[in-house]
Amino acid sequence: MVELYILLIFMIVGAIIAIEVKDLLSSVVAVGAVGLALSIVFLVLKAPDVAITQLVVELLCLIILIRATLKRDLPFSTSGRWFLNTMITIGFIIVLLLVAAKSFTDLPPFGFPIMRVASHYLNNGLSQTGASNIVSAVILDYRAYDTLGEATVLFTAVIGVLAIVRRIGRKKVGEKVKEEDE
Amino acid sequence: MSREKTKGMSIIVKTITRLTVGLVLLYGIYIVLHGHVSPGGGFAGGVIITLSFVHLVLAYGKDTALKKLSKARASFLENMGAILFLSIALLGFMGGYFFSNFIPKGEPFHLFSAGIIPISNIAISLKVGAGLFSIFVALVLLKLKPTSEKKK
Repeated sequence: MVELYILLIFMIVGAIIAIEVKDLLSSVVAVGAVGLALSIVFLVLKAPDVAITQLVVELLCLIILIRATLKRDLPFSTSGRWFLNTMITIGFIIVLLLVAAKSFTDLPPFGFPIMRVASHYLNNGLSQTGASNIVSAVILDYRAYDTLGEATVLFTAVIGVLAIVRRIGRKKVGEKVKEEDE
Repeated sequence: MSREKTKGMSIIVKTITRLTVGLVLLYGIYIVLHGHVSPGGGFAGGVIITLSFVHLVLAYGKDTALKKLSKARASFLENMGAILFLSIALLGFMGGYFFSNFIPKGEPFHLFSAGIIPISNIAISLKVGAGLFSIFVALVLLKLKPTSEKKK
């Protein structure tokens, strides 16, 4: 339990560094450290499936961010209304904390979840689906409809990114674009 | 701005990449195929397969990697993954309902078990891997070109 708190404090410090530091590359590295600590948190909480997914997605995002920010001088947006922005942020945080303190008292304590639906999956998952990895059994058999929706979301995201970024939509009139530049 | 235009990184990185990129690809395929008996699954395995191609792009430049997996083939693979997943779901009507597990379950803790779950894992890994590789190529490599022309 102690290592969990150490990792959480490390993640909070990393997030603050990522916001406050001026250099973009250092900020990206700090975000990567936060993601790696989150994957270790998932391992400590005994969820290796989520830990593997978090680790590899973090690596891919880190590579994309580093390649996108390494040689660019992106302008640092500093507006003059910092006082109003800070006040609005603090107000939202106070409202959120009040609502959370009200609602989190009804939750069961950490490590003792309510097992209404999950106990059925844990007891009958192996015999009903034949998959010994219970996470696979849930996301691809019991809750496969959710996975279909998630796959649709990813498909739409890929289509959207390719439609915005591709070269052929931004060419001028009469300009010819080669096949590989699309 | 000239590193990806020429021939990738130095000879040390290229040699190490030649040794390790096959292992990374093999590990991704292992994660996908054993998704129903050990931690992992289609999404994580697909991203690891993508990372092996990203590894090639970073070390050798984009021409070598796009020769192995061109953009047209990547989009074809992504569409095939989506169609395969949806057709598995529709074939479930043979067993009675949408996403019914109509293939015999087999023995637990074996590679060929759990009915439709390994096939769904393969479909999702195709979709995720090819889709993220397309996003990577589009975002990182092709968008750098207009800014480099502007700076000259």
